[in-house]
Amino acid sequence: MNISLALYAVLVIPLLAAAVLALMPGYRPASIVNVVASGLTFAAAVAMLLDGRPEPGQYLFVDDLNVVFIVLNAFVGFTTSVFSASYIGHELESGRLTPAYLRFYHAMYQVMMAGMNLALSANNIGLMWVGIEIATLTTVLMVGIYRTHEALEAAWKYFILGSVGIGLALFGTILVYMAALPVVGEGSNAMVWTTLVEGAARFDPALINVAFIFLLLGYGTKVGLAPLHAWLPDAHAEGPTPISAVLSGLLLNVALYAVLRFKILLAANDGAIEPGPLMVTMGLLSLIFAAFMLYRRRDIKRMFAYSSIEHMGIITFAFGMGGPLANFAGLLHMVMHSLTKSGIFFAVGHIAQVKGTQKIAEIRGLTQSHPVLGWALVVGVVAIAGLPPFGVFMSEFLVVSSTFAREPLLAIPLVAGILIALGALLTHLGNLAFGEAEGPAARVQASYVPMAVHLALVLLAGLFLPATLVAWFRNVAAILG
Amino acid sequence: MSHGLGFDISHLLAGGLVLVSFLLLSQHRLYALLNAYALHAVVLALSVAWQANIQDAPHLYITAAIALVFKAIVIPVGLHRMIQRLGIHREIETVIGSGATMLAGMGLVALSMTVMLHAAATVDPVAREDLAFALSVVLLGLMMMVTRRNAVSQVVGFMSLENGLVLAATGAKGMPLVVEISVAFSILIAFIVIGIFLFRIRERFDTVDVQALDRFRGERR
Repeated sequence: MNISLALYAVLVIPLLAAAVLALMPGYRPASIVNVVASGLTFAAAVAMLLDGRPEPGQYLFVDDLNVVFIVLNAFVGFTTSVFSASYIGHELESGRLTPAYLRFYHAMYQVMMAGMNLALSANNIGLMWVGIEIATLTTVLMVGIYRTHEALEAAWKYFILGSVGIGLALFGTILVYMAALPVVGEGSNAMVWTTLVEGAARFDPALINVAFIFLLLGYGTKVGLAPLHAWLPDAHAEGPTPISAVLSGLLLNVALYAVLRFKILLAANDGAIEPGPLMVTMGLLSLIFAAFMLYRRRDIKRMFAYSSIEHMGIITFAFGMGGPLANFAGLLHMVMHSLTKSGIFFAVGHIAQVKGTQKIAEIRGLTQSHPVLGWALVVGVVAIAGLPPFGVFMSEFLVVSSTFAREPLLAIPLVAGILIALGALLTHLGNLAFGEAEGPAARVQASYVPMAVHLALVLLAGLFLPATLVAWFRNVAAILG
Repeated sequence: MSHGLGFDISHLLAGGLVLVSFLLLSQHRLYALLNAYALHAVVLALSVAWQANIQDAPHLYITAAIALVFKAIVIPVGLHRMIQRLGIHREIETVIGSGATMLAGMGLVALSMTVMLHAAATVDPVAREDLAFALSVVLLGLMMMVTRRNAVSQVVGFMSLENGLVLAATGAKGMPLVVEISVAFSILIAFIVIGIFLFRIRERFDTVDVQALDRFRGERR
């Protein structure tokens, strides 16, 4: 397949699918179209990965860094659409969603995928901002889709904090343009990523310092870094579970990708501040804060939302440390966290449906009543807590060991945070999965394939990472500096 | 000399925008708030049009027209009707008193002046002043969103924040149209989103006081 064709395909397929789905009545055919469109997008993303790199254009481009995220995005988007088909079917039966809202839901799902792919493949910092804004607004609408008190409050909070975040990010983007103006010249060239990187060494350091602060705060709000995370647990808990899965697994990554792009820009300028310490501080703060918050959770989806904040903290910390090894670990952790966390949300979605509640206290002995779901949850939590033999263990181990080698003092709070979170997760897991079964024990019409695939991939990555993948990540880690 | 005058006028208009932001902060009635917001948008439109004139960038007139028609007329009228229909035109309460809000606002303006004038020392003076004022407007809008509890005034705060962003974008010489259109669009989308929210909130709570929403937090019992 022609490579630039594949690039357009990852943007156009979701948009076309959204248009079709918006007009399509009936749940069965719509969910099939949703799955097929997501599958085609994934195929196009894989074609992009395998083929060469096209010349960077004014608006879009592909390099080794963003193609990893595009493939991951399309893959999780695809598996989530499969999960969503069975999940939403149940929601329709139980009357929580009406057919009219379902049409809206499917269309928004595809628009969101297009927005994220646009943000990832944009070669223009303005366009990247537009992509993230589209993805944010569509997820706001989907979080509020149940129209309960809680869902409305969550969506409103997400909307307000998300808009403030993207507002600050736009201000930062304008400042980057102002900094580029004297070097690159007027017009759209001064927003093109590839020309910005070339000229970055001659930018006014003071201006891009301020710009980076705004961008870190703005996009950091979307990453869910403490103290800007307040929207995240509510949005995860109150929206439909497929949306929690893509929020945690993908949207947080996309926002972090934007921060990383600007970090590269700042690193290319000698006079600018080091972005590392800022990111290390925010990362550690998020990690420790979320680790403690994990103990007091009563809602299962909120608990895993805090776990996402924790992991985003670890990843931000790793990229803040920088250097080939820490960057490698950060990238690997990003991929592993996406796969594991969305896999967990697939299991949690079905669990909440059979039990009819998200309250941790009312879910007991899952391995007794629902062996497949229960054990999937056990495997998922063991993986996300960072225990061997899963991929998350490996990436966390790399983050910790590279930190010990360079800054032993920073490694202490890092390890403490990881262990505190581990304790919290295992305590909750013991209650959820083992002991006497409580509550409804009805069978569930679940699709086990997506979660099995995700968890198997994480296990496989923990046991054996293919050499080509390692080489690829090493290459990307070098780009990140 | 003509450059001097151009500078003075753009300075005046951008400063006017900050002044109207303070006016927004001090309004306690929803209708008055909407009127102040309309004034905010008019000043923004003038400022953008003046930038179009001195930068010789005719496409900026489109941005000015959008600000004038859409933000100064359509949105305030629409929100006005909505408030009428919901019957919520009573006084709005602020979390902290208006004296303290004003002082904090002045602090924010001083902060943004210090930061921007220092950081953008190499940028040409017109754009530099514009950026400093724009940051003040953004921060004041942010503060308004934080200190108000009423959903409508939070929305107004958000829209004044967007106005600050437009001011910054037009101050940046030759910034591509892509971004301006996107800003206009985002306001449009935001308005739709907000419209839906307001009606849904009304359906469920009989109020648009955001604090009423807080009681339904997932974790509280």
